[in-house]
Amino acid sequence: MSASSGTVTSTGGRIGRRLVDLAAGLGLVYLFLPIFVIVAFSFNKPIGRFNAVWQEFTLDNWLDPFKDKALVDALKLSLEVAAIATVIATVLGTFVALALVRYRFRGGQAVNFLLVLPLTAPEIVLGASLLTLFLEPHLVLINHNFALGFTTIVLAHIMFCVSYVALTVKARLRGFDWTLEDAAMDLGAPPTRTFMRITLPLITPGILAAALLSFALSIDDFIITYFVSGPSTTTFPIRIFGQSRTATPPQINVLASMILFGSIIVLAVGTLFGQRRERRLNQAT
Amino acid sequence: MNERDEQGRKRARYSPWILLGPGMLFLFLFFFFPLYTLGRMSLSYRPSRFANPKFGWEWDNFSHAFSQYGSQFTRSFVYAALATLLALIIAYPLAYVIAFRGGRFRNILLGLVVVPFFTNFLIRTLAWKTILGDQGTVVGFLRDVGILGPTGTLLRTPLAVIGGLTYNFLPFMVLPIYVALEKIDPRLIDAARDLYSNTWRAFRKVIVPLSMPGVFAGSLLVFIPAAGDFVNAYYLGNAQTSMIGNVVQDQFLVQTNYPVAAALSFVFMAIVMVIVVIYAWILGTEDIA
Repeated sequence: MSASSGTVTSTGGRIGRRLVDLAAGLGLVYLFLPIFVIVAFSFNKPIGRFNAVWQEFTLDNWLDPFKDKALVDALKLSLEVAAIATVIATVLGTFVALALVRYRFRGGQAVNFLLVLPLTAPEIVLGASLLTLFLEPHLVLINHNFALGFTTIVLAHIMFCVSYVALTVKARLRGFDWTLEDAAMDLGAPPTRTFMRITLPLITPGILAAALLSFALSIDDFIITYFVSGPSTTTFPIRIFGQSRTATPPQINVLASMILFGSIIVLAVGTLFGQRRERRLNQAT
Repeated sequence: MNERDEQGRKRARYSPWILLGPGMLFLFLFFFFPLYTLGRMSLSYRPSRFANPKFGWEWDNFSHAFSQYGSQFTRSFVYAALATLLALIIAYPLAYVIAFRGGRFRNILLGLVVVPFFTNFLIRTLAWKTILGDQGTVVGFLRDVGILGPTGTLLRTPLAVIGGLTYNFLPFMVLPIYVALEKIDPRLIDAARDLYSNTWRAFRKVIVPLSMPGVFAGSLLVFIPAAGDFVNAYYLGNAQTSMIGNVVQDQFLVQTNYPVAAALSFVFMAIVMVIVVIYAWILGTEDIA
């Protein structure tokens, strides 16, 4: 964080200040309004197939959260895709970040620029272009007609995660004292030992943050996945989209609430852990 | 060999490329190369309705894309621009309060901004459909007060689509503005107040200019996905609010008219790029890069 204490006492104009606070408060209410509705409607007992109008309170949905088999299967598939895509994207992206942070070389700037491009391309263009790639049977580069499905989804997810990982890890690594490696080597540590004992512990928090981000992006992605999933492979968002035309069972809300609360716990634990680590590091230096 | 520059980077010619190789090869195969296949597809033609498209410099696809779907293009960019503006109006005070008045609750407040987005994009949009629904409290209230007529609705209107777009991409506006504001030294504001004497002028002359990189980044991060979105228009709009994303999606996945769909995506990407460049040029981006 910056050197500032984070509080500006002299930003005067009492009424103006109250108005800004009010605007910020309303902003937060706006952010949470749909979340409140999602959680509330997980306790609804809808009449008919759509869980869109409040009827009466029930615990049934929470007592039977896995009632909709297809939805649960879709969620499992999403978790599987996210796990595989995250591992591969994290490895590839971390290598890219390490190269950029540790070495000064011709073309480094160009690589930085190329990394940002996928993040600025509209998702619909990414999805559409991947679909044309997978459709084309006689490719010069990949002489293989991809059947749309699990593999193409994973490939697409790795693609949009690699840049995020590379940039996140890079941002976290900037300002690290790489001469520590030289010190370890000077003291006689072989390169592998130096990497395992010095480099890896230093870069781990950044890598973990990037992996979590990839996982979240992958599990949430709809637009790109919709283009490359084909007719028979259904991830969680694809299932919700396909189903929402004919039904929205309250179990959607239950599972969404579970994911929400799970993520909050992960975030809270991660923040606490990070703070403790930072304090320890500060004490150590 | 252990020579390092001021940032601690080693000078090397080959070893970085070993690390870069796999990742960059992947990006080349699945990001850059598909853009080429998309371009190729956009110049292909279909010998018959269900035959595979063949490449053949078919520029008609582009004129078709422009002449048939001009209104969807316009609508996408107008909606996205309005959503970006609304997001800016909502995000700025929020980022401001977190950065300058958050104190030790800063991280918690930032967490609160992100937490809603741990639920799936589609489920959030469906929740808005419930909130704005014809039998919902919001419409009921607005009808009672007389803002909406007795049969007035919010769903299936441009307003609902723009509101949904604003909501779904809001954190992308809050976070960059927060990062820019957080970097500002509070003493600078004190100094400005001493010199300008008026809080509003100090805000205008110091805080606003220094937060521009955040506003720039945030606007692009909202505008680009909003312009290409089709989910909000699908759930919250009707046929009269369909955006270019809806057309691309329909042409690709329902009509399977790949050449025209590819041409539409290409034109869309080109327009986005032009808008981004003009926008960067107007705002001046020396300090952003």
